[in-house]
Amino acid sequence: MSETPKDPLGPGAPDSGVQGQGTTTQGAVPAGKKDAGRNGAGRDRDLTSWLPTVVDSIAAVVLALLVGALLIMFSTPRVVESLSYFFSYPWDFFKFSGEAVWDGYRALISGSVGSGTAWTRTLERAAPLICAGLGVSLAFRAGMFNIGAQGQILLGALVGGFIGFHYDLPPGIHLLAALLGALVAGAAWGAIAGILKARTGAHEVITTIMLNYVGRFTMLYFLGKEALQRPDSDNLLSPPVDDSAAFPTIAGVHVGVLLAVVAALFVWWLLERSTLGFEMRAVGANPDAARTAGMSVARVYVSAMALAGMLAGLAATMTVLGRQDSLTDQVAGTVGFDAITVALLGRTTPLGTVLAGLLFGALSAGGLSMQGAAGVPPELTQVLQALIVLFVAAPALVRGIFRLRGQGRKADVMATGW
Amino acid sequence: MTTTTTGPAAASPSPEAPVRDRADVRRQVRLVITFGLVLAALVVFALLIEDPKFTYLLGEKRTAEFTPKDANATVISWGAVVVAAIALVLAVLDRFPRGWKGALLGILVGLAFYAGFLMWAYTDQGEGGFQAFIANPIPGTIRIATPLVLGALAGCLCERAGVINIAIEAQFLSGAFFASVFSSIAYSSLVFIPVALCAVFGLLGGVLAGVLIAAMLGWFALRYRVNQVVLGVVLVAFATGLTSFLLGQIPSDHKETLNDPQVLEKIEIPVLADIPVVGDALFNQTLLVYLMYASVALVTFLLFQTRWGLRVRAVGEHPKAADTVGIQVNRVRWQAVLLGGVFAGLGGAYYTVGSTGAFDREVSAGTGFIALAAVIMGRWHPVGATFAAVFFGFMWNLQNQLSFVQPVPGELLGAAPYLATIIAVAGFVGRVRPPAADGEPYVKG
Repeated sequence: MSETPKDPLGPGAPDSGVQGQGTTTQGAVPAGKKDAGRNGAGRDRDLTSWLPTVVDSIAAVVLALLVGALLIMFSTPRVVESLSYFFSYPWDFFKFSGEAVWDGYRALISGSVGSGTAWTRTLERAAPLICAGLGVSLAFRAGMFNIGAQGQILLGALVGGFIGFHYDLPPGIHLLAALLGALVAGAAWGAIAGILKARTGAHEVITTIMLNYVGRFTMLYFLGKEALQRPDSDNLLSPPVDDSAAFPTIAGVHVGVLLAVVAALFVWWLLERSTLGFEMRAVGANPDAARTAGMSVARVYVSAMALAGMLAGLAATMTVLGRQDSLTDQVAGTVGFDAITVALLGRTTPLGTVLAGLLFGALSAGGLSMQGAAGVPPELTQVLQALIVLFVAAPALVRGIFRLRGQGRKADVMATGW
Repeated sequence: MTTTTTGPAAASPSPEAPVRDRADVRRQVRLVITFGLVLAALVVFALLIEDPKFTYLLGEKRTAEFTPKDANATVISWGAVVVAAIALVLAVLDRFPRGWKGALLGILVGLAFYAGFLMWAYTDQGEGGFQAFIANPIPGTIRIATPLVLGALAGCLCERAGVINIAIEAQFLSGAFFASVFSSIAYSSLVFIPVALCAVFGLLGGVLAGVLIAAMLGWFALRYRVNQVVLGVVLVAFATGLTSFLLGQIPSDHKETLNDPQVLEKIEIPVLADIPVVGDALFNQTLLVYLMYASVALVTFLLFQTRWGLRVRAVGEHPKAADTVGIQVNRVRWQAVLLGGVFAGLGGAYYTVGSTGAFDREVSAGTGFIALAAVIMGRWHPVGATFAAVFFGFMWNLQNQLSFVQPVPGELLGAAPYLATIIAVAGFVGRVRPPAADGEPYVKG
C-alpha cells in the first residue's frame, strides 16, 4: 500500500482529481471537449477490476457488523450481568451474547429485506437518501462540498407540499406541479450557494451550512401562516398533500422510488456523456486548468449547485408526495446529512450512490425492527452506518485485519475538500 | 496590491493620473452600496421612532441595585445617521481610508448601525406591561462564542498542518459527554477529589475524549490515508450515534452517578473584574473561559512565533519541501491534530460542565460546523477565526435578546445570525486561500 500514486496534476492542483470508479479524468482537461465521454473512458480497465472493491466493501460491512455485535452485547442487560460471574460460569456470557447478537441481526435482516413490507420500507427510506446523495455527489464531482442538502430538502418540501395541499388541480397535473415546484425550490436554494461562490468567492461550506439554518427558519416562518396550518392541530403542522398530488403506488411502493433510479441514470448521463458534465469534472479536477481551457468556472459552479439542489428537492418529494408526510420543520429528518455519507460511501458515482442509499435504507428500516423485536437501541444503526463508511474508506485497514491478499484498489481521491 | 492609488482621479489632472484598476472601482462601488444601504436603514429607523424613551442596563441581570435606566434615543439614532453619512461621503469621493484606519471606520459604521437598530427596536414598546431594556451584549456573546472559539482553534491547528478537520462537531459531542461523565463520577464515586475540583476533572474527561477523536482522525487520515472529508463526516456520524447510544445505556437510576455533573464555578479576577461595563462580563467567568482566552494567545504564539509552528505551517503548505529539509511530516501533523483535540475537547466540555450540566443527545446542536465555518471565515488564522466566532456569538446573542422585544418576526430573527454570516462571508471575506496541502495525505518518496 506504499505506492499510492501522486496525482499527475502535480503540486499546482490542490484538488487532485475527481476520479470516480469508471472514469479516467486525470489531466483530461486539455483533451477535446466533446468526445471525452465517448472516448473509451473506462474501456481500458481490466474487466475484473471491480472484484477487489467488492471484496473490500463486503469485508468492511462484516467488520462494522462485528463492532456492532460488541455494542449489542454490551447494551443487553443479561449479557452485562453474566459478566459478573464470567470466571465461574463463562458459558452464560457466550450463550446470552450469542442470543442477543443473533436476535438483533435477525431482526435487522427480516426488517429490511425479510418480507414485502420490509422491502417497501427499505425502498421508501432509500429513495430520498439516493436522490439527495446524488446531489451531494454531483457537487463533489464539480469540486464543491455541498453540506446544504438539508436546507434544499426543506425548501423543496415546503413548496412542493404547499402546491400539493393548497391548490385544487386535476390529478396528473397536480402531481406534476407539486413535483416541479419542489424541484425548482430546491434548485433555487442550491443555486444561492453556487452564485455566491461564483460571484464573491464565498466558500460553499460556510454558505450551505448557514443556508441549512436559514431554510429551517424559513420553513418555521411559513408553517406559522394560516394557509399552511392543519385545521385540527395546535402544532406547527401542515395538512398532508391531496391524493391527486401524491405519487401513485405500484405493488405497495410509490412511484417516486422509480424517479430515484431515473435521477441516478440522469446524473450518470450528465457526468459521463454531456458537455456540462465534462466541464463539471474538469472544474472539479482543476478549476484553473478548466478556466485556461476556456470553460466558464462560474457557470459550472452555479449549475452544479442548482442541479444538486434540484436533486435534494426530488428527495423532498419522496417524503412529502410519496409518503404524504405533513410539513414540519423536521420533515427532512437527517436525510440531508446522511446523504453526504451516502454520497461518500458511493464514492460519488451514481451507481455507487444508489447502492449506498439502498444499504443505508435497509439499515434504517432494519434498525426500527431491531429496536422493536430485539430491544437494540436505534442509535446503533447510526454507529453501524458510520463504521461501514469508515472501513470502506480505509481498505488498507480492513485488508490488514482480514489478512486479505492482493493489492486492493488504490486509495482513491475524491474532491479533497477545500 | 499592485496599484498605487493615492487620491481621487479628479485631484490630479496631470497625464500620469493614478491608475485605478477594476479592483479599486469594484471596492468603491461595494463601499458606496454598503454605506448607502446602512444610511437608508438608519434614517428609516430614526424616523420611525415616535417616543424616544428607552431603558438600558449595563449589568446582565436585573437586581435590586441595578435597575434599568432611562435614556433618550434621538441623539443616538441621529448620531448613527451622521456616522453613516460621513462614511458614505468618504466612499463616494473615493477618500475612504485603507488598512487599519479603514477597518476602524468600518467597525464604527457597524457599531452605528447596531446602535441605530437597537434604538428602533427598543423604543415605542407602548405603555405598561413588560418593558424590555437594552442589556449588555458581552456576557451572552462570551457564552456562545467560548466553545466556538475553542473549536475553531482546533480546526486552525489541524488545517494549518494539512489535515482537514470536519470532525469538530464529533469532538464537541464526545468532549461534552465525557466531561459530564467524568465530573459526575468524580463527584459521586471518587471521594478523594474535592468537590470544587470535580468540574475540573470533568474538563479532563472532555480533553481526553477530544484527543481520542483527534487520534481517530489522525490514525485514519495519516496512517491509512482515508479521504479527510469522508473521515470528518463519518466521525461526526459516529460520535453522534455513539454518544446517544451511551446516553441511552445510562440507566435512569444511575443518572446521578454518571450524568449529573458539577458545573464550573465562576472565578472573579480581582482588579480586572471591577472595570465598568466590560469587567464583570469578561473577568468574572469560569475557568474554561479563561482557558479560552489563553488558548487563543497560545495557539497564535505557537503557530507564528515558534519553530514548531513554522514546521506545522510548512507541512501544511508544502510537505515535500518540509520533508526535504528533514522535518518529519506525519509526526508534525500528528502533534498538531492531537493538540487540536485538546482545544476541541475543552470546547465540548463547555456544553456540559461549562454551562448547563447534564449531557443531552446532540447537545452541541451543530455548532461544530459553525466553528468550521469560523475557521474558513477567519482565513485559517487563529485570531481571524476567533473574531469570526465572536461575531457569530454576538449575532446569536443579539437574536436572543431581541426575542423579548419582537420588532421583527421571530423566525426571521432566528435566521439573522446565519444570514449575517452569509453576508459577512460573501461581502467582506470573499475568496479565501486554504493551506496548499490541506487534505492531501503525504507519502514519502
